Amino acid sequence: MPSLTLLGQAVVSGLLAGGIYGLLALGLSLSWGLLRLVNLAHFALALLGAYLTYQVGTAFGMPPWLAALAIVPAFFLLGMAFHAVFTYFRVTELTSLLVTFGVTVILESLIQWFWTADYRRYETAYATASTRVGPLFVPTLEMLACLTAAGLAVATWAWLRFTYVGKALRASAEDPAIAAAFGVNHRAQAFLLSGVSAAYAGIAGAFIALISTLAPSQIWAWIGVVFAVVIIGGLANPIGALLAGLLIGVSESLTMAVVTPAWAPLVSFSVLIVILIARPGRV
Amino acid sequence: MLAPWQIGLRGALAWLLIVAFAATAVAAPSGQPIRIGSTLALTGPLAPTALLHKIAGEIYIEELNKANGLLGRPVEWVLLDDQSKPDVTRSLYEKLVTVDKVDLLMGPYATSGILAAMGVAQRYQKVFIHHSFGMPHLAKYDMHFPTAAFGFEPNVTLPTTVFNALAATSQPPKTVAILTSKFPSAQFQSNGAREVAEKRGLKVVLYLEYEFGTRDWGALAARVKDAKPDFLWVGALGLDGNQLLEAMKKLDYAPPRHFHLFPAPGPLALAPDGKLALSSTVFEEHPPFMTNPGAVRLVPLFVERATKANVPYPHVDTQAAGSFAAWQLLEAAVTATKSLDDKVLGQWLRTNRVPTIIGTLRFDGKNNYGDDLFKVKQVQDGKWVVVWPKEFAAPGTRLLPP
Repeated sequence: MPSLTLLGQAVVSGLLAGGIYGLLALGLSLSWGLLRLVNLAHFALALLGAYLTYQVGTAFGMPPWLAALAIVPAFFLLGMAFHAVFTYFRVTELTSLLVTFGVTVILESLIQWFWTADYRRYETAYATASTRVGPLFVPTLEMLACLTAAGLAVATWAWLRFTYVGKALRASAEDPAIAAAFGVNHRAQAFLLSGVSAAYAGIAGAFIALISTLAPSQIWAWIGVVFAVVIIGGLANPIGALLAGLLIGVSESLTMAVVTPAWAPLVSFSVLIVILIARPGRV
Repeated sequence: MLAPWQIGLRGALAWLLIVAFAATAVAAPSGQPIRIGSTLALTGPLAPTALLHKIAGEIYIEELNKANGLLGRPVEWVLLDDQSKPDVTRSLYEKLVTVDKVDLLMGPYATSGILAAMGVAQRYQKVFIHHSFGMPHLAKYDMHFPTAAFGFEPNVTLPTTVFNALAATSQPPKTVAILTSKFPSAQFQSNGAREVAEKRGLKVVLYLEYEFGTRDWGALAARVKDAKPDFLWVGALGLDGNQLLEAMKKLDYAPPRHFHLFPAPGPLALAPDGKLALSSTVFEEHPPFMTNPGAVRLVPLFVERATKANVPYPHVDTQAAGSFAAWQLLEAAVTATKSLDDKVLGQWLRTNRVPTIIGTLRFDGKNNYGDDLFKVKQVQDGKWVVVWPKEFAAPGTRLLPP
């Protein structure tokens, strides 16, 4: 029988891992839900952000928060550039899977060419720092990532719900023709949203650099679980993505602590299947 | 008394002989290249370690061609990317034999890929030398020749060596926690460690298997902390050990002693948490290993090339040395038999002992396995050094307690 401390620690660990899932799911959920683009390249962008954070941190000694300040606007522009290409080639929801898969493979190859396939670790003084809460330990960086994910999810939700641009984006996703008839400039707003999604990938990347060990193939490790998070959370639902991330994170972690770690990867998809059976119109 | 013209003639002849000898000695290989085909995991999760095999192979081929090639012919390495996937590996070996029509084969990296390729080699009756296979009981092809010198029962011999080393310290462990990746060779050897530990009277307080590619190490770390073992065996591949140690540190915990089965050598040696970590090896860059054949020549070349390729720990250890040994084996067989015939090469390898960079290899045991050449190494001052058995320990070192 696992001890209460072990269970508590597993819940903490799961919540924090879930925060990272939520952070990665945020941009993907927005582009899929509001632009009808299933952007697999989101994961490659996140990893590229992680490598850039690592590079400027190790080569130039730039602190990660400063690196993020440079990476986020750069990724915003990169996201808009990608969208320009997608628009030019009239990429649809279905073809976006194929196109962004290609972009992901290219980005992975570029990362591997520049940084090699060997593992990279961004060593910082605070990498293993934790805060003690009673018998439990809360890792500082993971907690920061989780709080950032929560902050971004709430801010994005408020943006979509209360601002003109947010409402217009939702209206265009619902019915582009009617939205256009009401004067919504979907094209401009789509560029903005693509930029925001890519910028979110950059933020996720900065945290990945600090928390994880980097290898080019890591791109593929996130895809399954984050897709499950996006679907469970609901498309274009930032709060849903965060909560789904936390749910999957805690479920995986408790499975590891109570049953066996080997079953953990089954959890996200089992939860997804149960939810799809219970609520079939999820996607 | 010789006439001046006779002295001149003799001198000219002597020079001619010297020039002819020198020309033969450094003659560039010529003729149709001998094509040796293999795959490596150039991409995918095994790529970081496969990179070491790529660098070692490239160096060996270059050195071979700088000398006289094989049988006086240049050697060409037809290297394909198996993407760390056994199914792709199998298809590519099929292609190497049937489409590229290579003369000889060399194995890919890691157990699952090697097993996939071995089937192809067997079907076409090709000699199959490989360097990183961890499940000897599954290698039943009579013309496979391993340089991962585990012996036939690494699930018994390797844990025995490790527990012997620990037993020789002033505070031998009484309880053991075993965490292992479900990657076949890691799981196989870790399961053996559990049996060996129990047979020796050690209490196994935790045994867990995790999926290859696990992301969340927090819960695993919490379970190890909860079990409070004297010794932690991690059936680790690549960075598993680093990530686990880091997750444990976040819980303000460090295992008293920890062993890592197949770690990425650099990151573990260089990480602060990797201090005094244990692992196994067949070669490290210190005596007595540096007196093994080829070590003095190949090690500096590897260090130079790996540094250029930004490999974080640019040193020859088990992985690179296993690769060098595989190429040494192939060269020795071809040179001795003066043949490229697979059956002739296979017969020679089965009946001869070959001195290599990792020691002398033989293939006359069960499933073509010889001696278990693995030793225990430890991270000391940011570098791996062999600490057990004592006769192989780096000068002035011993297994340090926690």
